[in-house]
Amino acid sequence: MDDRQTASTSEASDARLVVRDLQCRRGERVLFAPVSFVVCAGAIVWIRGANGQGKTTLLRTLAGLSAPAVGELAWAGAPALPPRPLYLAHANALKDDLTVGESLRFLLHLGGHHVDSQLVDAALERFGLASRCDAFVRTLSQGQRRRVALARLAAQRELLPWLLDEPFDALDAAGVETLSAVIAAHARRGGSVVLTSHLPVAIDDPSPIVVQLHEPATA
Amino acid sequence: MSGTFAVLVGRDLRLAARRRIDAALPIAFFTVAISLFPLGVGPEPQMLRQIAPGVVWVAALLAAMLSVTQLYATDLADGSLEQMLLVPGGRLAIVVAKAASHWLLTGLPLAVAAPVFGLLFDMAPAAIGALVASLVLGTPVLSLLGGLGAALTLGLRSGAVLLILIIVPLCIPALIFGAGAVAAVDAGQSARGHYSLLGAVLIFTAVLAPVATAAALRIATE
Repeated sequence: MDDRQTASTSEASDARLVVRDLQCRRGERVLFAPVSFVVCAGAIVWIRGANGQGKTTLLRTLAGLSAPAVGELAWAGAPALPPRPLYLAHANALKDDLTVGESLRFLLHLGGHHVDSQLVDAALERFGLASRCDAFVRTLSQGQRRRVALARLAAQRELLPWLLDEPFDALDAAGVETLSAVIAAHARRGGSVVLTSHLPVAIDDPSPIVVQLHEPATA
Repeated sequence: MSGTFAVLVGRDLRLAARRRIDAALPIAFFTVAISLFPLGVGPEPQMLRQIAPGVVWVAALLAAMLSVTQLYATDLADGSLEQMLLVPGGRLAIVVAKAASHWLLTGLPLAVAAPVFGLLFDMAPAAIGALVASLVLGTPVLSLLGGLGAALTLGLRSGAVLLILIIVPLCIPALIFGAGAVAAVDAGQSARGHYSLLGAVLIFTAVLAPVATAAALRIATE
């Protein structure tokens, strides 16, 4: 249940996310038994659990959108400012009435990037959507919309922690391969990734640490 | 934060430009509502001149209330709101940006179109000027308070009704001072007092409403 092993290869005191005895609540219900883990630089943490176990709520708590019910999460390694994680929700955050290029630009602006056409084009190219840059989002399929949302990852130069909620959803085999490669590259450069996925995560280097969410103990 | 603000306002304006018919709805409502009054109460010029400020202001208030109900709802539904809230300073930026874009798309067009309705009601030029000035000062208050209502009722099923019940009473001072300013000018008196009070309401709202709205957004997305 506890997983304190780390796959970190770097000795530097990079920011680590330390989660201690965390429990999240949705309404009146406590979702899972207390969970503790450490996300080091260069690590991939794969959060697993049954449907409704609280994986999304846990990610939202790690992102700072909700407060935990019990326990604490903290950034260790004495960074000047706790790094702002990149949170990719289950919803794509795309507006139907904007083009692919405009949507990605908007999301990158929010992420604090200096946005130029090169950055946008390169990101779309990585996820195979360069040809649809001027298409309206409402003309795209579910899988294509997912790719647009994921294209933000390809534009990342900073080593932010990534919090990805079901990132492989709706992707075809080629998309899954591209995303796995992008995640692995980020981890190898020293960034950290926390993700949930029902499909097996086909990344070998670094190998994902599994954190399993369990039912909370009754009484 | 100003960069985030500019990006958010730009996005909302661009989205409105892509849905021009929907964006024109508040103005259409405003026009229809005002045009009904001469038909309903009779065409007597003296009476129309008297009720004109109140009618225009009430119609502006109702148009603002009807157009804020979905202010945050679409962004909540497609996940954009979460992403905006994750930006440092994002909560305040999105509140101010939404109020600003709502005012640019609703309040400002109303203030610009007001002279036409002033002529419809046979108002004196000085009164029309006062009407436009009071709308320019007062419609931002409506946008800010409307944004507060939208955040408070975010995610509720009968949110629109609740929003109107909560926010319309808060808008009454702006309504009274705004319409009162025009009535004062029409009666030949100075409207300075009314403008000052209206300006004070605007400053008060501009300081308090964004903070309250940001808190409401936090609760709604927790």
